[in-house]
Amino acid sequence: MKAFNYHSASSVKEATKLASSNSAYLSGGMTMIPSMKMRLANYKDVIDVKKIKDLHGIKVTSKSVVIGAATKHADVANSKEVQKAIPSLSSLASRIGDAQVRNRGTLGGSIANNDPTACYPSACLALNAIIHTSDRKIEAEKFFKGMFETALKKGELITAVEFQIPEKSHYFKFPNPASRYAMVGVYVAKHKSGVHVAITGAQSVVYREKNMEKALNDNFSASALNGISIDTSELNSDIHASAEYRASLILSSAKKAVEHCK
Amino acid sequence: MKEVTLEVNGKKVTKQIQDHTLLSTFVRDQLNLTGTHIGCDTSQCGACVVHVDGKSVKSCTLLVADIDGSKVTTIEGLSQNGELHPMQAAFKKHHGLQCGYCTPGMIMSSVDLLQNKKNPSDEEIREWLEGNICRCTGYQNIVAAVKEAAKNS
Ligand SMILES: Cc1cc2nc3c(=O)[nH]c(=O)nc-3n(C[C@H](O)[C@H](O)[C@H](O)COP(=O)(O)OP(=O)(O)OC[C@H]3O[C@@H](n4cnc5c(N)ncnc54)[C@H](O)[C@@H]3O)c2cc1C
Repeated sequence: MKAFNYHSASSVKEATKLASSNSAYLSGGMTMIPSMKMRLANYKDVIDVKKIKDLHGIKVTSKSVVIGAATKHADVANSKEVQKAIPSLSSLASRIGDAQVRNRGTLGGSIANNDPTACYPSACLALNAIIHTSDRKIEAEKFFKGMFETALKKGELITAVEFQIPEKSHYFKFPNPASRYAMVGVYVAKHKSGVHVAITGAQSVVYREKNMEKALNDNFSASALNGISIDTSELNSDIHASAEYRASLILSSAKKAVEHCK
Repeated sequence: MKEVTLEVNGKKVTKQIQDHTLLSTFVRDQLNLTGTHIGCDTSQCGACVVHVDGKSVKSCTLLVADIDGSKVTTIEGLSQNGELHPMQAAFKKHHGLQCGYCTPGMIMSSVDLLQNKKNPSDEEIREWLEGNICRCTGYQNIVAAVKEAAKNS
């Protein structure tokens, strides 16, 4: 790994002030440190944001669950409050990677990274999330732009994510057996305003499957998805799965997600 | 360069480090604690697992600068007064190893599992050891060892 200067910021203000065109924020480091080791990324300044108090904590109201950006996956998984308010969200966190990844990796790092196979981005789309940053609030719909690309501007820091509590929901992941990242992950959430079906792992970026949403709005049952055809032209095809196989996984995972909704 | 103070296996250490020094290389090269192994070096294999403030983490993906002031336990810190830790004894008894390369990480992860769950099922043990890869002996005896340690502790 190439040398860099390590800074630990104690406030959002201090972190954004330290940021430059040659810096990056460090949260759990579970993606950033391997990327720097592999020389996929290198920076002059690495700004650790984990010690910023405002980036921690879980707040539950009657409508939403707000989770600080530096909250670890293990803490979301074990939070009694999240388990009660949005069980699908704590369950998602409990199945990210492995125990050691969950002991370090964080919500903010995951969505800033926007890996096409990551789990949390699908939660953001399914649960109508609002991403709070040092500068503004961004709707999830406008946040995930493309492969590893988000609406964040240089130096903009995610401070928290606000998830809307649905009537019921479930995240079904077909994990890659080696990494546990999603080969396909389908997050179904039924809100008063309508059903959201968010899909990760299948295309270059997380997206909503509108045909499925329409079918489920008319009839919220797995059988409503029978016969829905999935366009394979935009689906990833790689050593793990062909586009056709992913299309089949999307349908079977979506049905399981609907069946398990609670 | 930075100065950090850590408590490693119960002893206070103060050392000069570079900002980008990883915990895995720090314990091996600066403290000569070579029981912590570096396998994949990309946070996948778990050979480098140690405890920081009581929780298992992959030391190859952790900056020492990030954990200044913390308590670190490596495989060398488990045995007390020359007695193997119950987890080490169980791995020995059940021969939960062949080449031994993954063993320090396996043991450190398994000790953390029992901190979280006193009597894990086979499935829970396998699930928890998801991040620890063994490429020679297989997991059967490892699971048996963790079960035995759970019984004995
Ligand atoms: C073996 C392994 C298995 C994994 N399996 C899964 C899986 O099954 N599902 C899944 O979803 N993920 C998985 N992950 C990813 C992991 O869970 C982390 O969420 C992810 O690596 C990034 O989180 P982090 O906190 O470690 O971020 P870091 O690595 O610290 O940062 C990642 C990126 O985000 C930026 N960043 C960090 N925090 C902020 C912030 N607050 N504001 C703005 N930018 C920020 C950084 O600058 C960097 O570019 C896995 C990782 C590993 C190593």
